[in-house]
Amino acid sequence: MPGLRKKVYVTAGYNTTFFGSGRKEFNPKKPMPTFETYLKEAAGGTCEQLPNANFDEGLIGNFMAGRFLKQGNLPGFLPFIIPGLLGKPCTRVEGACASGGLALVTAIRSVLSDQARAVFVIGFEVQNTVKAVYGSDYLAGAGYFNGERKAGHAYFFPSLFSVRAGAYSEKFGRDSARRGMAKWYEIWIKNARKNPKAQEYHNRAVDPFALGMTPPNPGVFLEHLNVFDCSKVSDGASSLVIMSEEGLKRLGARKEDCVEIAGFAQCEDDITRGPEDPTFLTTMARAARAVMESAGVKKEEIGVLEVHDCFTITGLIALESAGFVERGKGTGFVLDGNTTVEGSLPTNPSGGLGGFGHPTGATGVRQLVDLLHQFTGKAANQVRLRQSYGMMVNMGGNDKTLVTIVVKAPE
Amino acid sequence: MLDDYLARCAVLGAGGKMGGGIALLILREMARSEAERSGKIAGEGRLILIDKNEQALTALRAYLKDQLTRYAEKNIISLRSYFKEREELVENREMIEEFAGGALSLVRLDTEIEKAGGARLIFEAILENVDLKAEVYSGLKDLCGPDTYFLTNTSSIPIAVLNDRAGLGGRIIGFHFYNPPAVQKLVEVIAPPATDKKLTELAAELGKRLRKTLIPAGDVAGFIGNGHFMREILFATGLASELAEQVGPIKALYMVNKVSQDFIVRPMGIFQLADYVGLDICRMIMKIMSTYIEGETLGSDLIDSMLEAGAAGGQYPDGSQKDGFFKYIKGRPVGVYSLKKTRYIMMDEGEWVKESEARLGDPPQGHFPWKALMKDTMKDEKLKAYFGNLFAAGTPESGTLGAGLAKRYLLESRRIAEKLVRDGIANSIEDVNALLQNGFYHLYGPENDLF
Repeated sequence: MPGLRKKVYVTAGYNTTFFGSGRKEFNPKKPMPTFETYLKEAAGGTCEQLPNANFDEGLIGNFMAGRFLKQGNLPGFLPFIIPGLLGKPCTRVEGACASGGLALVTAIRSVLSDQARAVFVIGFEVQNTVKAVYGSDYLAGAGYFNGERKAGHAYFFPSLFSVRAGAYSEKFGRDSARRGMAKWYEIWIKNARKNPKAQEYHNRAVDPFALGMTPPNPGVFLEHLNVFDCSKVSDGASSLVIMSEEGLKRLGARKEDCVEIAGFAQCEDDITRGPEDPTFLTTMARAARAVMESAGVKKEEIGVLEVHDCFTITGLIALESAGFVERGKGTGFVLDGNTTVEGSLPTNPSGGLGGFGHPTGATGVRQLVDLLHQFTGKAANQVRLRQSYGMMVNMGGNDKTLVTIVVKAPE
Repeated sequence: MLDDYLARCAVLGAGGKMGGGIALLILREMARSEAERSGKIAGEGRLILIDKNEQALTALRAYLKDQLTRYAEKNIISLRSYFKEREELVENREMIEEFAGGALSLVRLDTEIEKAGGARLIFEAILENVDLKAEVYSGLKDLCGPDTYFLTNTSSIPIAVLNDRAGLGGRIIGFHFYNPPAVQKLVEVIAPPATDKKLTELAAELGKRLRKTLIPAGDVAGFIGNGHFMREILFATGLASELAEQVGPIKALYMVNKVSQDFIVRPMGIFQLADYVGLDICRMIMKIMSTYIEGETLGSDLIDSMLEAGAAGGQYPDGSQKDGFFKYIKGRPVGVYSLKKTRYIMMDEGEWVKESEARLGDPPQGHFPWKALMKDTMKDEKLKAYFGNLFAAGTPESGTLGAGLAKRYLLESRRIAEKLVRDGIANSIEDVNALLQNGFYHLYGPENDLF
């Protein structure tokens, strides 16, 4: 029986600027905004959209504050940014780059189980505290440290997806794969240029596709990915509220400012095992099927998609794994323009992980904020929606922790 | 073979700008090759870094640590393969720290030259003074084993002179790095006939390992680099005094500097470059060249006067520019020294800069600044078009003063280069071109088909 046992709404979404190299104001030699600044800005941005910002619970999604910021016990920052959460249940949720997504489903469950009527959810990451070469060490924690790190590449996570890019190219054609990845990069940049909060908003490259075609160089980086294929090091936070019908009334939110959670799914894979098939994201496929079932929707009913494209190749394989395109057809689908704002399946219109940015712990929450903005007409790069459902796919690690959510447009 | 020699090295004058850079290069290569071969870097004090100035040595250690860390960060992909058998090293940070720490453990700092005794390769970068160098080498010859080789960083003193005066029996070679050694690709190699063949081979292998472009030069004082540069300075001072008769010395200096930078598309004007090197160093090199080159006296009254006035240029220990012909703020010239008024005339003082520029005229059509062309794949086409216009505009009848001076300047540079080849100092004009392009960052060699 599809559908949730009760209605769950999302409102008051807010994204900070996603900050890092590419932003004009970014200067690694100068002091940068602190994580407290991002948290406060996001929370303030959410609360000011509500007449009565009174929550029962707080959730904070974050991946690696312990290493990037030397900060643990993150639930303690929820009453700091929202004094009304003082004395209430607050939890930090971690699942690598799906930390944000996990915070969302945890909040949804709280509401569904009647433990809470309104849950404040925030996701954040601040990663520019160290050079990329050291950040790469920290982010490698999304893999199996004892089993994989020693033999792994200096740029550990990019290398895992470089292997996937190599396998995909081998199986489906090197030239078309490279062109598909370059196109994905071009769309990242073109969408980000319309989103003032995006890390690539200031990108003025004349021909992003040509940059995307740069041949990978394993001597300085990776065998099958160039630097343009990769999302960058980003800082930022995103927040929103998950609530029941009663919660909605108590907060004074209007339904036209909400989307409804039509379905959600969460799937986990054994982190100690390598991928079954490098050209496919098996756990993502499972989570995508599960969310469609949960929501009772078909892929044709999805009007806008938020997919976890930490690398261009991930975006291509994700389209296939999530069932939107046949296997091996992702590149053609993208090269034909289907994923652009005007295309048949607008995907990541705010810029995606490579264009908007990828503050790891924030990303899942950011995806839902962007779906909310699309369906309430508040998006910076608005899609002309032809369907009333939107879907997000948030992934942690190499296809290990998956969260998928389908939202429904306001009534 | 080289690794046996790299196992024990010394750098003399390591506290100086050049010595410190050479120390870094050698240390980096010692550590890198050890890590590559064995996955370990160990063995205390195998690179002896010597300088009389204790403070400079303290600063050197900090410099080396910082630079080694940066190098390791940049080369992390290789490092991970070197350390793949070291189970305890897992993260990038651990490997970077292991490399930098291991490399530093190879270093011993000392103020006494005698400590270089055990080294098999000795890099010398002390003051450019024949007597001093000859004395140091004589001392080292007795301290070191008979198979120790010496690589001198002299930029002007004939190697044969040092070899003969210290009785080194051919165990010395000129291995002249350009400033800063860790960045500049160029090394000028001077191997006179008496040089031990094995040393010549070692030097070639070392150059390869350090990824340098080696240009052979004849053993004539000044070699190719200073052979061109010093004569060019003298041409420029001559041009400035000629011009000074019409516009006065301040404007003249400014104008020639501008012509030698903007009009001929170079990274720096000639007087700014002389300041960068240091006017005292320039004078010393000219003196050495005058001593050892028969029938040619190099010297400049203008430089002598500047030095008397205490405006010597060169750099502070932190690398910032000292005042010389120009006064500098944040590395940019902001005033010109007036010998008459014994002070700097600032560029925003009155209208003299504007007047000088008006007098020169604008560079002809097609001009691009050096920086804009540096990475331009079409630079040759653009330069050809520009120089075509420049030479057309460089006629006294129809052209501008700036274009005329630029034309004379370019032709003089070509004349100097051709003479270096004729005199056997450079093997070919291509070598002169390569040297000026690599060592001085020129976009084109003096001999070219652009003009």
